Amino acid sequence: MKLARDTWLIFQYEVVLLVRNPVSIAITLIQPITYLLLFTPFLKAVMGVSSYSNAFQIYVPSLFAAMGVYSGLFAGFSLLAAVRQGVVTRHRVTPVSRVSLLLGRVLMYVLLVVFQGVVVTVAAIVFGLRVQPGNFLFALVLLSLMVALSVSIGFDLALLVPNENSLGTLINSASNGLALLAGVLIPLSVAPLWIQHVADWNPFAWGTNGMRSIFQGHIGANVVWQACLVMGLVASVTLVLSSRLFSREIA
Amino acid sequence: MIEVSGLRKSFRSRHGRKASVVDAVRGVDFSVERAEIFGFLGPNGAGKSTTLRMLATLLRPDGGDATIAGADLRRDPGQVRKRIGFVAQSSGTYGHSTGRRDLVLEARMYGVSKSVAQTLAEGVITAFQLGDFADRQIKTYSGGQRRRLDVALGVIHSPQVIFLDEPTAGLDPPSRARMWQEVRRLRDEGMTIFLTTHYLDEADTLCDRISIIDAGLIVAEGTPSDLKREISGDVVVVDLAAADTAGVPEPATILQASKVLTEQPYVESSETIEHTLRLYVDSAATAIPQIMRALSGKGIEPGAIETRRPSLDDVFLAKTGHTLEAG
Repeated sequence: MKLARDTWLIFQYEVVLLVRNPVSIAITLIQPITYLLLFTPFLKAVMGVSSYSNAFQIYVPSLFAAMGVYSGLFAGFSLLAAVRQGVVTRHRVTPVSRVSLLLGRVLMYVLLVVFQGVVVTVAAIVFGLRVQPGNFLFALVLLSLMVALSVSIGFDLALLVPNENSLGTLINSASNGLALLAGVLIPLSVAPLWIQHVADWNPFAWGTNGMRSIFQGHIGANVVWQACLVMGLVASVTLVLSSRLFSREIA
Repeated sequence: MIEVSGLRKSFRSRHGRKASVVDAVRGVDFSVERAEIFGFLGPNGAGKSTTLRMLATLLRPDGGDATIAGADLRRDPGQVRKRIGFVAQSSGTYGHSTGRRDLVLEARMYGVSKSVAQTLAEGVITAFQLGDFADRQIKTYSGGQRRRLDVALGVIHSPQVIFLDEPTAGLDPPSRARMWQEVRRLRDEGMTIFLTTHYLDEADTLCDRISIIDAGLIVAEGTPSDLKREISGDVVVVDLAAADTAGVPEPATILQASKVLTEQPYVESSETIEHTLRLYVDSAATAIPQIMRALSGKGIEPGAIETRRPSLDDVFLAKTGHTLEAG
């Protein structure tokens, strides 16, 4: 009860600060929209897809997966900033739940990326994407789980490497490998077998597969529930680890 | 209100491949009474902040015990958090938030409802006179305004004890005076205040009682006037730098002057700090002519001679063998 209330408190506070700064939200939209508008034509040409509608059907789930992987990993920077400014220290002296200080921030990112997902989808619908509302909501749930996992990993990295320069390099190298092995840019079905086997160990690959299935309308497919299960489990475990690390590292 | 015994903390630090242990706080004991301003005076790195962070539940002590407002620090840090407030050395706010928004959040983190939090925020905004800027972004505040907000955040839940880490560091004189006024007001309202400082005048005029801490150990404790009274007599400060040319004398000359004066029967003790000699004597009035005579007997012309009552810096020097500024 206290955990839920405190998490809500931190979430609310961070969201209000975010909303008060619409420019920063607009900036986070530039990348997905650019990719949507520039990458889809490439995809259509390269994969020989007959219409834009079909190209969006393939690319929008990939974009969702990409947002799920990338946006969260960079969340560690904001945590470092909060630590540097003494905000975390100040909050830790109060009886507020330690886990909530982390969870509230994770949920803020989930909301931000879900908002990006909605904007991207609306834009794609204008260009011919077709998706059932029910399936779309389900896709947002899976997206939320992916963001929760990647934010949590991003926080872990920031706590383990509390130096902005090294952290930037580390995340840049880690995120590309993670995204490639998740089949975010190029589907894993065209990858060599050994890469497919390695990708089996990447939870984000499961998420990407599930996301594609949802957008193709196969919401009952095995990959969908498997994706939700894998993302849910791994995200929970990582969140527990992060909160442990958070209580330990932030003295 | 605060009882501390044998509190210790050491950090492992790494220089290249070699790991070493730094004893930041090496067992401190003290107690603080209700509604008292208690100051921890010491140079940077003496262990003041580490002690404060342990008492504020931010650092786990390696050893020792502490009871704060009736709650045991090691067994029940949760209770301690409810009863204390803490203001860190660096401000703990986002520049793009506003004072009021942070005050409301702070109050809510202590478990009160939104409407109660808003009332509490309004209360401290009035008490600390933050009204003119409480709804502006914090990054537009002056240093003094920001510091007042920090303290307001620390006391919004009316804690029994408030910890202030260097509350006036970096403030201009008017803002410092203002902050002292706020701290005294909190004490008069019945709050117990524990602060750290490396300013002698702050320890002297603001604090009811002080502990002098150096290299992780408490070397003296008492009211500022009692501590100064321990150093009996007067202090005569002889500056050997020539007044007209502002030239610094040869090291040999300083050494010689120090030797001559220390041998004088009326000089109880002395310290050399760069080109000045600090002499502790029974009576400055009778000592100064003799000091003049002793120095001119060796052909040494002092640039200036000054006499004053012992200050906390003299106490510090007597207890630690170095001045506060020298660290």
